[in-house]
Amino acid sequence: MRGRLIPWIWLLPAFLFIAVFLVYPVIDTLRISFMNDDSSAYIGLENYQFVFTNSATQSALLNNILWLALFTVLAVGLGLIIAVLTGRIRYESLAKAAIFIPMAISFVAAAVIWRFMYAFKPEGFTQIGLVNAAGTGVGLEPIAWLVEHQLPYVDQLLPMPLHTNNFALIAVGVWMWTGFAMVVLSAGLKGIPTEVVEAARVDGASEWQIFWRIILPILSPTIAVVATTLVIQALKKFDMVWVMTAGNYGTDVVATLMFKEMFNFGDFGRAAALAVILLAAILPIMLITIRRFRRQEETR
Amino acid sequence: MSRLPLHLIIVGIALLWMTPAFGLLTSSFRDAAAVANSGWWTAFQTPFDFTLENYQDVLSQNRMGMSFINSLIISIPGTVIPILVASYAAFAFAWMRFRGREALFIFVVALLVVPVQMTLIPVLRLLTDIKLAGSFPAIWLAHTAYGLPFAIFLLRNFFGALPRELLESAYLDGASNFRVFFRLVLPLSVPALASLAIFQFLWVWNDLLVALVILQDPSKVPMTVTITNLVSSYGTQWQLLTSAAFISMMLPLVIFFALQRYFVQGILTGAVKG
Repeated sequence: MRGRLIPWIWLLPAFLFIAVFLVYPVIDTLRISFMNDDSSAYIGLENYQFVFTNSATQSALLNNILWLALFTVLAVGLGLIIAVLTGRIRYESLAKAAIFIPMAISFVAAAVIWRFMYAFKPEGFTQIGLVNAAGTGVGLEPIAWLVEHQLPYVDQLLPMPLHTNNFALIAVGVWMWTGFAMVVLSAGLKGIPTEVVEAARVDGASEWQIFWRIILPILSPTIAVVATTLVIQALKKFDMVWVMTAGNYGTDVVATLMFKEMFNFGDFGRAAALAVILLAAILPIMLITIRRFRRQEETR
Repeated sequence: MSRLPLHLIIVGIALLWMTPAFGLLTSSFRDAAAVANSGWWTAFQTPFDFTLENYQDVLSQNRMGMSFINSLIISIPGTVIPILVASYAAFAFAWMRFRGREALFIFVVALLVVPVQMTLIPVLRLLTDIKLAGSFPAIWLAHTAYGLPFAIFLLRNFFGALPRELLESAYLDGASNFRVFFRLVLPLSVPALASLAIFQFLWVWNDLLVALVILQDPSKVPMTVTITNLVSSYGTQWQLLTSAAFISMMLPLVIFFALQRYFVQGILTGAVKG
């Protein structure tokens, strides 16, 4: 009888933490999302109704979708290209370190770095931000990258405003996370047996064909792992947006809006509803992760 | 010769990636007027005019010195406690038989991707109720909990891959679980523990959201919060912002360069961390 209890004693500290700080809060947040601002009364689905009909929250949802699509595709794509290219040179680790460094620093530091890169001064003044200095150097007008959000010409054709300054923020995200994609994909590439590639080469396949027909299919599970991680990042994005624009000028995402609902507007019901939407968006990834884990277990 | 474009592309990308951070570093050593009125890339011509003044200013005036200490006070226990707690659980998952082991572990895997936002409101209320909100122990507890699923996941996989015969012979010699864990499993798992420690440390050191929610007292906040406040009050005082940002980057960069191998290893094993 005593022997049966032993594993649970070893598990107890961890699961105490998990119960108090993860499981209970998740359930409680669900409950709070059906309640009013100070959680004193149930109000049904009102918070969700608000989130999906209010223009500020709609814009935040749209921005998250923008993040999800662009950030994920660009970071995976660039990471893959760089991984393939650096696999062919001698100074591989040096080149990879340069691209990987941003992973080590905080989103806050990255935000300062890039606010400085995007620094804007009106036309006629010396540009101290590299992006505008380069732009004006080739004759373009200086742009307030983090503020301006109108797309010339096509703006009135869109069903709802697309804030282009989000692209400036997404670029920073890509700068930070491409290194992650590169490292994981590069390890995946190294796992492809050289005989397979050599055999194709002997059969006369071009490098291009080898990449599309052999490398990419073998690598696709790894790409999926990287993509799911990046999707989660894109959905939860908070720090960088908060420091770069504080969500102003139409750059709010769900996480920054939730923070504002909590601390600026004191509406915990709406904040909780926003969190639940994040969780709902992540749920499919949770299932994919569990399934992938089970498959790995079978092959252990 | 045909490989020249390849080298150009790679070197070009690497330089492009380094440039933003290099601009920050350069600006942090230039005086206020120079930073405000000329591009940082113009600093590399004679007469060279670099200064350490910005660092003196930001460390003495803007609470950066204190925040640096706070970041350490938050991050060190915020790294050690979760690793210790997780390694007990991981040992049980890897080497003990009990009912529901697999289901429970799958539950841990599911928790890997739960967004921290989903916990913030109840955690804040709970910590306020027990009069802990705003204290260092509060943020240690929170970071411990948030770090656990990943830590358990990574360590269990590593512990489980240790040679079975080694542990079995130790048990046959009459060693207790306690002894096997501390004398055998932990020492053999130093690489995994190192990866995890680096990860968790950087995670906590670089965190903004949890600190913003749990620590409101300006004398206790870590550097990420202080820099965020600097940005909103001195958004264009680049000489201050750049040096403050660089102070916060120093430790992560040292860790990165010294322990890159473990860092990469951690990323590869834990590519699912949310």
